[in-house]
Amino acid sequence: MIFSFDLLLEAVLFGVLLGCFYAAVSMGLSVSFGLLDVPHVAHPALMVLASYCTFLLNRMGLDPIVAGVLLMPPFFLLGMAVYRFYYETFEKRGAETGVRGIAFFFGVALIIEVGLILGFGVDQRLVEAAYIGQSMPVGEMRIPYRMLVAFGLAVLLMVALTLYLSRTFTGRAIKAVAQDEPALRLMGADPVRIKQWAFGIATAAAALAGAMLIIVGPVEPSLDRVYIGRTFSVVVLAGLGSMTGTVAAGLVLGISESIVLMHFGASWAPAVAFGLLLLVLAVRPQGLFGR
Amino acid sequence: MKLPRILLGCVAALLFSKAVLAQQPVKIGIGIAQTGTLGGGGKAALLALEMWVEDVNAKGGLLKRKVELISYDDQSNPATTPGIYSKLLDVDKVDLLIAPYGTVPTAPILPLVKERGLLLMGNFSFQVNAKVKHDMWFNNSPWNDASSWSDGFIKAGQKHGAKTLAILAADQEFAQNLANGARELAKKAGLKIVYEQNYPPATVDFSSMIRAIRAAKPDMVFVMSYPNDSVAIVRAVNEIGVGSSVKLFGGGMVGLQFTPNMVSLGSLLNGIVNYNSYVPGLNFPGIDDFLKRYSAKATAAKVDPLGFYLPPFNYAIGQMLEQAITATKSLDHKVLADYLRKNEMKTIVGPIRFGPDGEWANARVVQAQFRGIVDKDMEQFRMPGKQVVLFPDRYKTGDLVVPFEKARK
Repeated sequence: MIFSFDLLLEAVLFGVLLGCFYAAVSMGLSVSFGLLDVPHVAHPALMVLASYCTFLLNRMGLDPIVAGVLLMPPFFLLGMAVYRFYYETFEKRGAETGVRGIAFFFGVALIIEVGLILGFGVDQRLVEAAYIGQSMPVGEMRIPYRMLVAFGLAVLLMVALTLYLSRTFTGRAIKAVAQDEPALRLMGADPVRIKQWAFGIATAAAALAGAMLIIVGPVEPSLDRVYIGRTFSVVVLAGLGSMTGTVAAGLVLGISESIVLMHFGASWAPAVAFGLLLLVLAVRPQGLFGR
Repeated sequence: MKLPRILLGCVAALLFSKAVLAQQPVKIGIGIAQTGTLGGGGKAALLALEMWVEDVNAKGGLLKRKVELISYDDQSNPATTPGIYSKLLDVDKVDLLIAPYGTVPTAPILPLVKERGLLLMGNFSFQVNAKVKHDMWFNNSPWNDASSWSDGFIKAGQKHGAKTLAILAADQEFAQNLANGARELAKKAGLKIVYEQNYPPATVDFSSMIRAIRAAKPDMVFVMSYPNDSVAIVRAVNEIGVGSSVKLFGGGMVGLQFTPNMVSLGSLLNGIVNYNSYVPGLNFPGIDDFLKRYSAKATAAKVDPLGFYLPPFNYAIGQMLEQAITATKSLDHKVLADYLRKNEMKTIVGPIRFGPDGEWANARVVQAQFRGIVDKDMEQFRMPGKQVVLFPDRYKTGDLVVPFEKARK
């Protein structure tokens, strides 16, 4: 084992960057699963789909970040359509929605994965940009720009979603539908439309996260499987529906993974990160920022 | 009067059954990754096998019967392979079996194949038969024991005064077998291992590990990684740097042989010394013609257009079966295994002779250094000199450029 304070500092710094990336890819799920109680296991698959769309736009000369932003409106509409279908076929019928919902979203994930394989093949895809493959020297350290970009986008996404959910009428309605749906109905609002809107926002966030995903590393159609566990862990650890909590939970996972990886061995990293999740849930079952 | 009629009937039935049998194809079964992490290689390998089937059928088939290849996607998942091979044997009733591409999907079917006493043609797996010791196993890959893979890499480093080694390996059976081989060789060579790390399959970012390697200041870094990880590691090396102490970097990185990865990484590959099965500049009878025909089909099929790594060796599996069946005029697995064990096979990847364990008697793992690679140019990889062969000595096409940082420029 190699130990030095420089390495520890580096591990913490990279943990912060990695943690923000984890938070960013979990942000959409925090809305769909955390606030709406929709078992959206297809969230990572939608991210990978957005990564491939980013790849196509990048080949046409667009910067991956710009591509991610441009993809948000169509993904918003896609999310609304997916939720409407889910509502009409599952949620509306009431009983056993959870189990059937999981099956439905696994199906969606599988269709996306197979569609990507048929369309693009199984090879890895990468994007090109000036900030990919280069790093910023800070003393002895070299920080990859791609991680800094992911960090910046994660912070922007968190601030935007937090402000939207707390300062706008629709945002507050989304929070209200999570807390007391019948009360919202009594106030004259349509919970289904609010949920549909919120699901659209979650999917738009997944589009930007998909762009980040392909900026950080190569993607291939089955990459979503890697992220199912991580994203759900971040959301549960955060406390369902909390954006600030999502960032905090991402940081906890990122920093613990990075320190363990550098000082104790990479094989221990997932075990320690998920051990932390269990510990937090044992002490605080509602998650770090849950009410 | 009745006896001649009965005899006549028997003869007619015999002739009829022979005729029916002659019309039935020789079925060859394989479960091979078309999706998942091994899917890229698996698709290219399957295309090569299909080319052999076309070629052999154009020549009239085997034992005057057409050849039919039955394949299923194992999804790069070892949990699927026992079911696939049971189906191939019990439902599809195949005559011969070819193993899945790779070590991990092959491992679960070896006990089944051994139990039933069947011939199994291995497909680029590594040390998978070391413990099972099935005597009807014949692997197409140009390596044998664990040290054959790292041997060339370590020798090349030692020639340039390397005394310390860092090992970075995926936490999977194949990579761990390689790591064990590297450790044994390092011990024998008196090299000090200054860093050792196994990483789990779902690792997202390798920056931390590359920084730790840089801090350990090794002379050589031996990496055993799967395709997704290999690309991420090369990018992390470019961003973080491994330090001026490193003379050699690479060794056992799977994925850097595949065209899409080579084209995507482009100049980032420069300086890396990595294993390969075939690189342009190695000349074997028939390989140029095969690669030319393969390239045309691969482009249409959207699979690896260069196809240096796996396709020729998969075509060679077909050639070996063809040679054995033609010589013995039999589909009996024991007869074929006996022939494969005792005879030299003539293939487009050169002559192959098997050792008692069913691996190549004389390993031929190429260690080559990427040189002068530019970005966004696939055609450059067809030219000799872009991957300079350092090992084995008899195929050497150039000398190692050290240190790694210099070779990258």
